[in-house]
Amino acid sequence: MTLTTFPLVAFAGLFPEGVAHYAAGGLFIGLGVAVIYLSTGIIAGASTFLETTLSYVSDLSRFNQAKYVASRDWRVLFTVGIVGGAAVYALAFGEFGWTTEVQWWRLLGGGFLVGVGTRVGKGCTSGHGVCGIGSLSETSFVNVATFMAIAIGTAQVVAALGVTP
Amino acid sequence: MSASDDERGLAFSLVILLGGLVFGFGLGLSQMAKPEIVLDFLQFEDFGLVFVMGGAAVVSGLTFFVATRYLDRAPLTGRGYTRRLKTMDRNVPVGGVIFGVGWGLSGICPGAAYASVGLGNVTILWAILGMFLGAYAQGFARSTRADGTDSAESVTSD
Repeated sequence: MTLTTFPLVAFAGLFPEGVAHYAAGGLFIGLGVAVIYLSTGIIAGASTFLETTLSYVSDLSRFNQAKYVASRDWRVLFTVGIVGGAAVYALAFGEFGWTTEVQWWRLLGGGFLVGVGTRVGKGCTSGHGVCGIGSLSETSFVNVATFMAIAIGTAQVVAALGVTP
Repeated sequence: MSASDDERGLAFSLVILLGGLVFGFGLGLSQMAKPEIVLDFLQFEDFGLVFVMGGAAVVSGLTFFVATRYLDRAPLTGRGYTRRLKTMDRNVPVGGVIFGVGWGLSGICPGAAYASVGLGNVTILWAILGMFLGAYAQGFARSTRADGTDSAESVTSD
């Protein structure tokens, strides 16, 4: 009896909130990528928006490469869609107005490193993690394995230092 | 007809917006727009995020597989279907380390941060400010560092 129920108990321990909404959310994320890809051939990641949007306000040559200027308008639209889609979710499920308890300096400092790291490493969780893995790209496997291991280590160290949340 | 010419039409814009809406809805539903949930995952308290990234990668992977194999060209742009294959160099793991520290510290990544704004989470603007500052600092460093010598490796995306 104990032996047969053990795997289920262990599984529930790994997923205290269940897995249904996680998997369903993941399917929608993939579906969003698929809608754009099938219609336009474009593989849309989220973090290039940062650089292409900076081209509106900065003269730095880095941000004004032809491919950035050419894609900056639709990347703004894509981001507006992301904000809107999450708002639809929040309104439909009565979560609108939720705010994070994570401290501002963690968000600002972590965000800064995310901004640097995704640009240096050629992608983020959507670009490498979803689209790159979906493309079976070795480059993306290397990047994802790296950021996953480092993020786990960082989060555990920060928690061990007593920073909550 | 160049790709950028037909990327301004109404149908193109609607498709981008629709894709973004579905993508953002998924980020909300998956809870990834909440840094707390991401930090729970990174601290091994809830492994649900495996299903988020896994589910999304399977859907996009199947789409890429079918399109590159059986479909010809994208209807709205005339682009061919390709996979997302970036060149491998030292920047890939280095960027991964920097991103990993940032993600582990904040619990938020770019797409999830935009979605978090949609939840009404104004506090997340700290993270978005940080991301813009980081992207600017990286671009500034690269633009001023021996301008031109690294232009070949400076092609990033997503």
